[in-house]
Amino acid sequence: MRAFAYQRTTQIRDALNLVAQHDGARFLAGGTNIVDLMKAGVESPARLVDIRSLALGEIAEAPDGGLVLGATVTNSSVAADAQVRLRYPALSQAILAGASGQLRNMATVGGNLLQRTRCAYFSDPSEACNKRVPGSGCSAINGAHHNHAILDWTSHCVATHPSDMAVPLTAFDAVVRYETLHGPGEIPLAEFYLPVGDRPDRETALPDGALITAVVLPAAAVAGRSRYRKVRERASYAFATVSVAAALDVQHGLVRDVRIALGGVASRPWRARLAESALCGGPATAERISVAAEVEIAAAKPLRDNAYKVTLARNLIEAVLTELAADSGEERNG
Amino acid sequence: MSDDTRSEIALRVNDETFRLAVDNRRTLLDALREDLNLTGAKKGCDHGQCGACTVLVDGQRVVSCLTLAVAADGAAVTTIEGLADDGELRPIQEAFIRLDGFQCGFCTPGQICSAVGMLAEHAAGWPSAVTRDDSPQRAQELTEEEVRERMSGNLCRCSAYPSIVRAILEASAREAVAG
Ligand SMILES: Cc1cc2nc3c(=O)[nH]c(=O)nc-3n(C[C@H](O)[C@H](O)[C@H](O)COP(=O)(O)OP(=O)(O)OC[C@H]3O[C@@H](n4cnc5c(N)ncnc54)[C@H](O)[C@@H]3O)c2cc1C
Ligand code: SF4
Ligand code: FES
Ligand code: FES
Repeated sequence: MRAFAYQRTTQIRDALNLVAQHDGARFLAGGTNIVDLMKAGVESPARLVDIRSLALGEIAEAPDGGLVLGATVTNSSVAADAQVRLRYPALSQAILAGASGQLRNMATVGGNLLQRTRCAYFSDPSEACNKRVPGSGCSAINGAHHNHAILDWTSHCVATHPSDMAVPLTAFDAVVRYETLHGPGEIPLAEFYLPVGDRPDRETALPDGALITAVVLPAAAVAGRSRYRKVRERASYAFATVSVAAALDVQHGLVRDVRIALGGVASRPWRARLAESALCGGPATAERISVAAEVEIAAAKPLRDNAYKVTLARNLIEAVLTELAADSGEERNG
Repeated sequence: MSDDTRSEIALRVNDETFRLAVDNRRTLLDALREDLNLTGAKKGCDHGQCGACTVLVDGQRVVSCLTLAVAADGAAVTTIEGLADDGELRPIQEAFIRLDGFQCGFCTPGQICSAVGMLAEHAAGWPSAVTRDDSPQRAQELTEEEVRERMSGNLCRCSAYPSIVRAILEASAREAVAG
């Protein structure tokens, strides 16, 4: 590991200055991803600016009735928060379905969004990887890719985004709030992750040196009726093969609002807008749910060894929406 | 010129304060084992994947292999060596011995530190992935299924899982009775 300088500050402005003034300086939050990648030789910052003493560690009510999650709030604290559990249950469920108790106690809101892919070639500097070394090639496209993307990949990179937390955040139209030396900014999560294109090393629309200060969850009644379901290769403590976050609001027998996002299928959390529009406005019958799932998955382009994910994604969308439809039926009758 | 790749830090480990000069690359795990001779916390994977290095930092369980020592400056760390009170084992330690919660013992310090942190999380009402009652107000019962899920960050190569779960359930029941 390359030697590096370390600084801790309580002021956002100081943190931004420290990163702007030093080449190769990076923010350190929980460290669960960046320290791991530094050990692997994938990241080699010259300086780490520890942001956990900044005043970004609170969950607050937003004026519009939503919630503001501070960037350094731990994943554990978000998952255990009573308001998150009540108003955005799929968010709590998604976090609890990821990593381990120890890691969730360290991992933060901002760091979780910016964690890098778990493609094994990415974390092995002896392998070709366009995401790590632009232009070096993609070892996965014809290699071990059974857990890679089925949607929206390009010949430059077929990796998936590993975050569970980002999947419900995408379904709920969350907004990333950041600070730079030139002032603050906001990016909706739907635009935060860039399409792969020919530069898989460029992952987000966050300006260089920007500090994520919070993730804002807009008020959304539908989010209170949400679920997260994750399929993985063992029962706990593994990344997703495919996951679904969905929310469903049925009024007088008709779908008034529906949100669906998928994890494990693309380079970014995948908002299933085609499925949403297929379902909205009509009844949540088994047949319409099945059509909605089919419509979304029709665009899938599986790789040699991951066609199973197409079936899995379709079945998972159907299963979660069916459960949500049953929940709303029970509420009406009960 | 001062070398900015090293730092002077203070770690409060098991109620004793240590001042150390560390390379910023030093992990908390290596600082404990190499600098402070506290070899209870083990290095299994060094990548956050096995839980053998679990310690408590300011009361919360974390993996010390992904914690930089310099980032723990000023924190209170509890390792397996600091759990017993004046030589008297905690109920959880005693239960691991009585109920065969280990075979080779390599994962055990991490299992026990993790269990201590996990029981505090459970007592604080934190849910887990298998908690079915999503009502934030109600405390869920600590079942075998809950223990397995909440402890999934600690692997055991000897697969002593059934007795680890039994020891944790037993100790938590006894602590509940003791108040
Ligand atoms: C064994 C293991 C299993 C895991 N399993 C899962 C899983 O199943 N599901 C899942 O979703 N995740 C999983 N994770 C990943 C984990 O969730 C992430 O590593 C974690 O969320 C990253 O957060 P952090 O605070 O530790 O980030 P750090 O490692 O501190 O930082 C990550 C990156 O974000 C940058 N950064 C951090 N905060 C900010 C900020 N506020 N502004 C700007 N930049 C910032 C850093 O510079 C760095 O580049 C697992 C990790 C491990 C090690
Ligand atoms: S899929 Fe992406 S991350 Fe994996 S080897 Fe190819 S370019 Fe690298
Ligand atoms: S050594 Fe830290 S988790 Fe394995
Ligand atoms: S007792 Fe041997 S690894 Fe757990």
